[in-house]
Amino acid sequence: MSPAPDDHPLLAVRGLAKRYGAQAGCLDVGFDLWPGEVLGIVGESGSGKTTVLDCLSGRVTADGGRVAYAKADGSAVDVLRLDEAARRRLLRTEWGVVHQHAREGLRMGVSAGANVGERLMALGARHYGRVRGRALDWLARVEIDESRIDDLPETFSGGMQQRLQIARNLVTEPRLVLMDEPTGGLDVSVQARLLDLLRGLVEDLGLSAVIVTHDLAVARLLAHRLLVMRGGEVVESGLTDQVLDDPQHPYAQFLVSSVLQP
Amino acid sequence: MSRYNFAYLDEQTKRMIRRAILKAVAVPGYQVPFGSREMPLSYGWGTGGVQVTASVIGTTDVLKVIDQGADDTTNAVSIRRFFARTTGVATTTRTDEATLIQTRHRIPETPLAPGQIVVFQVPIPEPLRWLEPREAETRTMHALEEYGVMYVRLYEDITRHGRVAQTYEYPVIVNGRYLMRPSPIPKLDNPKLDRSPALMLFGAGREKRIYAVPPWTAVKSLDFDDHPFEVEHWDRPCDLCGARGAFLDELIVDDKGGRLFICSDTDFCARRQAAGHGPRA
Repeated sequence: MSPAPDDHPLLAVRGLAKRYGAQAGCLDVGFDLWPGEVLGIVGESGSGKTTVLDCLSGRVTADGGRVAYAKADGSAVDVLRLDEAARRRLLRTEWGVVHQHAREGLRMGVSAGANVGERLMALGARHYGRVRGRALDWLARVEIDESRIDDLPETFSGGMQQRLQIARNLVTEPRLVLMDEPTGGLDVSVQARLLDLLRGLVEDLGLSAVIVTHDLAVARLLAHRLLVMRGGEVVESGLTDQVLDDPQHPYAQFLVSSVLQP
Repeated sequence: MSRYNFAYLDEQTKRMIRRAILKAVAVPGYQVPFGSREMPLSYGWGTGGVQVTASVIGTTDVLKVIDQGADDTTNAVSIRRFFARTTGVATTTRTDEATLIQTRHRIPETPLAPGQIVVFQVPIPEPLRWLEPREAETRTMHALEEYGVMYVRLYEDITRHGRVAQTYEYPVIVNGRYLMRPSPIPKLDNPKLDRSPALMLFGAGREKRIYAVPPWTAVKSLDFDDHPFEVEHWDRPCDLCGARGAFLDELIVDDKGGRLFICSDTDFCARRQAAGHGPRA
């Protein structure tokens, strides 16, 4: 997989809009995501962060806008106008989606190994031993003990489930990962380990990622750049440190000052 | 029975079902929806198979009906009598004499011949059921040929049991395209589907679906390269006719643990006995 040329963004979003009846999901959202970059989207609940992510992944249908994606083969596609077959193929191969709740992203009824192997088998892997080998490999990379490969995700802790979900997505080496609150609902020490792991993986694999979070500490650790959203609109964007240390928009200032300092 | 139309169903219904059958034959393995009718037997007893049979049967057909391989069980006897009354066609128990065979749970051991039609009674046509609960989603998965999740199930079986534990309605790919649930036949019968000279029609009455495997169509049982598909085998021959490689039923014969293993295909077994085959010493 050759990296996209550096003079092209991997993902160029323009005028992305989604309304839920009279309610605005997101309005005129635009950003560029460059290869190897991690973009954080922060904002309070209901600000439209997750709607943006769901529009990108096709979980909800956007009302308008363009999402230009530079594929691994060099061609550009508008993700919002792909047909169902091509969109689903993209989601299985070059993209990964990590859900806030591991239950949404995992098959709870089958073993951890089958969860990790699913994308491989969906792409045509037909050798049990090799699928299992890759699954073992990836469990190790996300720091899940190899002896747990045949256990059901049900028996895993919240942090392990989240790491399993990450392994399940990364096994086919996607180029872009969309994450919705990956640390949501985890206690702080588990969060810290997961963040460490994610940072390492993003660096090793040269992944690009869009991470939605309400937690500014998570954003500071993982994201290179930030969008601050409110009421469906992007109110501020910039380098993470710049936005968090010197916010310009009143809402961004309010958001940053709302963080409790232990 | 002059009060009933030939083969019970009215001509418009037969016409509608025949159109579904033609479409099913044209797209092997694809489940064609059809307007299933109320039949004079309850769902689960073969309403789908009966409607398919009623739509394809003609006055010159010779009908055989089997249930679990046997010609003399309740379901087989009732359906055979139903068509004898409503069509007046000849019936038989001999596989090689029949032109039309309606079956539940088995494909006859006697090799099928060109020109024969086998009609299967299907309880659940959707192979992705239990893996994906949404019907709209399973149809999309068929349309886009997304069958990875079926392999997840095989993977899970091998992981837990060391082999694929599915012994009946073992999933197959028809003509290299559609994933199909071959009604609940034992997997021993799966190889008989592959490039069979006979036309195979599958009718699901409650679920309102018809699908087909046309003659000489490739039917491949799903497997892994390092865990190839295998049929079940018995380490003993049939206790009545000595046949090996046939599907055997276990029969408890007394309350002291005595048991027999006998062919489930009664016609096959009876004719082997008539030809002088017996239990091996």
